[in-house]
Amino acid sequence: MTVISETSSPVYDVSRVRADFPILAERIHGKRLAFLDTAASSQRPLSVIEAVNDYERHHHANIHRGVYQLSQRATDRFEGSRERVREFLNARSEREIIFTRGTTEAINLVANTWGQSLKPGDEILITWMEHHANIVPWQMLCERTGALLKVIPMTRRGELDMDAFEQLLSPRTRLLACTAVSNALGTVLPLPTLIAAARRHGALVLVDAAQAVAHQRLDVQTLDCDFLAFSGHKLYGPTGIGVLYAREAILRTLPPWQGGGDMILTVSFTKTTYNDLPYRFEAGTPNISGAVGLAAAIDYLLTLGIEAVAHHEHQLLEHATERLQRIEGLTIIGEAAHKTGVISFTLEDIHPHDLGTILDSEGVAVRTGHHCAMPVMEFFDVPATARASFGCYSCNEDIDQLIGALGRAREVFG
Amino acid sequence: MDLQELYRDVILDHNKHPRNFGHLDPCDSSADGNNPLCGDRLTVTLRMQDGELGEVCFEGKGCAISTASASLMTEAVKGKTLAEIAQLHELVHHTLTDTQAPIPKELGKLAALAGVREYPARVKCASLCWHTLAAALDHLQTEGESSPASVTTE
Repeated sequence: MTVISETSSPVYDVSRVRADFPILAERIHGKRLAFLDTAASSQRPLSVIEAVNDYERHHHANIHRGVYQLSQRATDRFEGSRERVREFLNARSEREIIFTRGTTEAINLVANTWGQSLKPGDEILITWMEHHANIVPWQMLCERTGALLKVIPMTRRGELDMDAFEQLLSPRTRLLACTAVSNALGTVLPLPTLIAAARRHGALVLVDAAQAVAHQRLDVQTLDCDFLAFSGHKLYGPTGIGVLYAREAILRTLPPWQGGGDMILTVSFTKTTYNDLPYRFEAGTPNISGAVGLAAAIDYLLTLGIEAVAHHEHQLLEHATERLQRIEGLTIIGEAAHKTGVISFTLEDIHPHDLGTILDSEGVAVRTGHHCAMPVMEFFDVPATARASFGCYSCNEDIDQLIGALGRAREVFG
Repeated sequence: MDLQELYRDVILDHNKHPRNFGHLDPCDSSADGNNPLCGDRLTVTLRMQDGELGEVCFEGKGCAISTASASLMTEAVKGKTLAEIAQLHELVHHTLTDTQAPIPKELGKLAALAGVREYPARVKCASLCWHTLAAALDHLQTEGESSPASVTTE
């Protein structure tokens, strides 16, 4: 494992980081892999792969059940991971950390529990930049309850229209559900300002941290949010594991969502009593090895240092933006002043899907499509974009390869 | 991986200069096709003449594969009966999905699309227009239905 202390960020050694990720040695169509789709899912370092492997080989049994040693070992690892997540987010208590399948399930959990209290005329405020996962659950909730979904518009640069935001807030606003970083544009949203304004109007705040969690420090006490959701696989951890942070005082008032084992204390055919937090919201056997992998991923990222990684990614963003802008006919979509390592773009009238196939033939993996953010595509009047995104292992060579492959695309479509 | 196999000259030409591009008004039937994965959308409009497909047009936005496939399709199906079109659709489907199958002579110019079968993620791009045409033809046969047909590859 690479060890870089946070104070040594200027000498971030990306080649040592890359050596931690076995998949980067894969050849794609006989070419070097330039993996530029970390915003969709990041790759796993060896330490995460080995932590999951070790759990599966030596410690697995069902948790919270057996009196035998293996079950206790599995439980200790699962609960140890919860404590690691609590510490990572600086939550007050592990009772505020609920394991889910991912960000999507975490948001649906809030919509289906807290959301039950909504009345006709109540308002939920989201931004134009949301991923479908932070749009559709609220639309479904509004259909059930008669609440209204309001959308904060954005500017042509891909920044939030803060004046419009202030005007949309009212005593009817019950929840601000907003992303911390736009997955399609890379825009970093001004969370402290947004949260403070929502608070003044008595609204609760849910933060979709899926795109932010690996690129900025998220302290739920400093942020003062009520809910925060993220996925393990955007953080160099496994898929199928995610987290909902929820303020304990709110969680205590919420009805259960999914019913089943582990979320109960006693069950009879006339009455069931529910388990304490956070287990009340974790029905059924969870993704135990996923939680173990997630804790290992957090350890890995903290060892590199989030600030050091973010600094490295920002340098790549600036370098890649500058080089892409020099390509004739290339348009960058999303030019916010404050961005993470995400560049959405179109090249002349070459459809992004064709671009994706040609880039792939050169070993370059980028996401092409609407990025589960169709309203963003509609806003910029494009059916889709190509998107290059960076992670801790991304390097200048990846960008060189991208630029070369874009030249190839122009040759094909001449 | 041979890009030239996928983006053959015929494909690039039909992408740049799509044939029968536009909207028939009035028409006997129409259908919308939608491929949510890549954002391809197209509308097929058609007119029948003596039991044959008299006129067929498409319009919309899509990748080179979907545009060229739709353009080639409109040329291939004009003047054919519904049964002949269904047969051709079946042939195209088979060619796009079975990587081992020999490419049938009856495909004519449509054979240019055969390269797509090496790219499973792109098969939907090539087949969207065919599903949309089939929906429009089905719609034609369904009496008393007023809203236009629509298909999605999702």
